[in-house]
Amino acid sequence: MSALAVIEAELHAYVDGLLPQARRTEVEAYLAAHAEDAQRVRAWREQNQALRDLFDPVLAESLPARVRRPDLTHRMRPVLRYAAVAGWLALGGVAGWNLHDYNVAKSADTVAFAHRAAIAHIVYSPEVRHPVEVGADQEAHLVAWLSKRIGGSLKVPQLAPLGYQLVGGRLLPGNSGPVAQFMFQDGGGQRLTLYVRNGGGDGKEMAFRYAQERGVSVFYWIDGRFGYALSGEIDKSELLRVARAVYQQLNP
Amino acid sequence: MDGRDRDFVQHIPRLRRYARALTGDRGRADDLVQDTLERALVKFHLWQPGSDLRAWMFTIMHNVYVNQVRASAAAVNIALDDDTALPTMRATQSDRLEVRDLQVALLRVPEEQREVLLLVGVEQMTYEEAAGVLGIPIGTVMSRLSRARERLRALLAGGAAHSALKVVK
Repeated sequence: MSALAVIEAELHAYVDGLLPQARRTEVEAYLAAHAEDAQRVRAWREQNQALRDLFDPVLAESLPARVRRPDLTHRMRPVLRYAAVAGWLALGGVAGWNLHDYNVAKSADTVAFAHRAAIAHIVYSPEVRHPVEVGADQEAHLVAWLSKRIGGSLKVPQLAPLGYQLVGGRLLPGNSGPVAQFMFQDGGGQRLTLYVRNGGGDGKEMAFRYAQERGVSVFYWIDGRFGYALSGEIDKSELLRVARAVYQQLNP
Repeated sequence: MDGRDRDFVQHIPRLRRYARALTGDRGRADDLVQDTLERALVKFHLWQPGSDLRAWMFTIMHNVYVNQVRASAAAVNIALDDDTALPTMRATQSDRLEVRDLQVALLRVPEEQREVLLLVGVEQMTYEEAAGVLGIPIGTVMSRLSRARERLRALLAGGAAHSALKVVK
């Protein structure tokens, strides 16, 4: 084709600015004599520019919260980070959770429970497309299914009078078995999650306790067979108001 | 530690740009970024300090993307046959690229070619870097790049509107 023997790959490298200067001059001489290739090269260069024009504005967008969140967990203190990473793993359904289990004392177990509830909240509440496995439109099925899986008769509190509608729920792996998570949302899209496990309570009651993790507030308590944790990124007093309502409804 | 965190965050905008271009959908792109960051967090101990963190994160994104595409046939933007009519395209005499046309046409470039085109053209990676991210030989990068560019050119030209169009396999 030419004494210069310019190959296709060099035309691309020319377009992408990856050709050494000396060779660039030779390619330019070649292109001056080959109109068809020159046209292709011009088109490719315009593609690069047009693609950058089209997608560069994404760089300037503010980051959605769900994209920033994994980094926040990364900033945790090492022990919390370990918990978070283990939590992500477990929540992702990765096998081998037992290897990472804490082997904590019984009293610390409820603290770990609250941590896990917060992590589950952090993971799922920002979800736009799949916040829940079963939606509120199938509430009866949702309750029956989760009750069966966690081995106890669950009830879903009605929080509509407080401004929170049920979104739905999902099943999650807990420290020692399945856990249910119900999600609620107010008119502004603010989400609360109620994390419920069977066991850990020894039939006793435990008063409300409060924990905070990465901006997520958690009220947790034990009531009979079930342990509950209510998580949200709202202020403590508002969360307590909802937690009381949940407790009262589940203990008529 | 703080430095690494800053580096981590620093690459998110570019991951988002790449994901947006790759998927053509804002929600799906951010899903991909979120999944990538979760994976990166879990695997962070495998990253070699001093090596290219950006390339490492793009590699993770590529793997997540490929898995998602495999896992979800519904989410795949199936590349159409060469002779599929493109009603939204219009042939233009000039080579100027219209934004709408470009977005539509880009999604009609097969995924594996699109990845190369974007890593090189938008992310401005070298061919070696793109080969590393995608886990393919550099020769494959070149052939995919060549096919992607000619494919895009043909799509944007409205399909063989000009006799000068050179057909490259």
